[in-house]
Amino acid sequence: MEKIFTRPESLYDLPTHYCPGCGHGIAHRLIAEVVDELGIREKTIGIAPVGCAVVAYDYWNFDCSEAAHGRALAVATGIKRVHPKNVVFTYQGDGDLAAIGTNETIHAANRGENLTVVFINNAVYGMTGGQMAPTTLLGQKTSTTVEGRQKEKHGYPLKISEMLALLPGVHYIERVSFQSPGEVLKAKRAIKQAFRNQINNLGFSLVEVLSPCPTYWGLSPKESLDWIRDVMQKEFPLGKIK
Amino acid sequence: MAKIVINQDRCKGCLLCVSFCPKGLIKKSAKLNKKGLNFVEFDLNGECIGCMQCAIICPDCCIEVYK
Repeated sequence: MEKIFTRPESLYDLPTHYCPGCGHGIAHRLIAEVVDELGIREKTIGIAPVGCAVVAYDYWNFDCSEAAHGRALAVATGIKRVHPKNVVFTYQGDGDLAAIGTNETIHAANRGENLTVVFINNAVYGMTGGQMAPTTLLGQKTSTTVEGRQKEKHGYPLKISEMLALLPGVHYIERVSFQSPGEVLKAKRAIKQAFRNQINNLGFSLVEVLSPCPTYWGLSPKESLDWIRDVMQKEFPLGKIK
Repeated sequence: MAKIVINQDRCKGCLLCVSFCPKGLIKKSAKLNKKGLNFVEFDLNGECIGCMQCAIICPDCCIEVYK
């Protein structure tokens, strides 16, 4: 018998600190698989965010740096400009990229920095206790919107990918989800495309992943995937945005 | 014939593999692992087709697939 699926070399054989059913584990593995398949492990530099994935660098077997909350793209810009031959990517959540880091995100995209961004959208702040994030859906209950998010008080869910697609410096934006194994494979293809774009010097590439947070959605892991399919994908439609 | 090997000490019992196995060969165990969680067990006598859906959806990379 031949082994046809195993842990990628770029992912350390360590237990992760994530909750059962969390999408971060899948995202970490997909990035590691893409880095292995493209053969770029020795020249990849990842930027870890602040949020649940703050210690992502412990799990990846390639060089990583940490950035202050929301500033991953500013740090990535500096690293990429000093080391243009390296492949630099940021891994950011919705609280990081779309709230405190909106400024850095928009300007890095507008400058057309040749970077890859993996944007994990789980519609809540996971690390700090499930508070409302900019991407929280209308009516969604969180620890700071106990009666559900209301547009009069809290505004609408922020569609940062659609906003960034308007900028001329942006080359590629795609929204994918972890709703089923088939969608996970599509997500991997999108992440690989985003890395290839950087290797080919095509400019700013972002992949938004709709990822489950069973703990703060108050659902089981399988119910969370069904919620992504039935509710979240209606607000955040999948597909290539640019 | 295919089979999977589950790293049961690493398994967090999210049961996503159980919901996606098309042959229903993965089951929640009554036993606990060293984390104190109900891990999953694979039925070695079943007809695994090696579709890898369990391994692809596993958030903790606990599953190896052989074919």
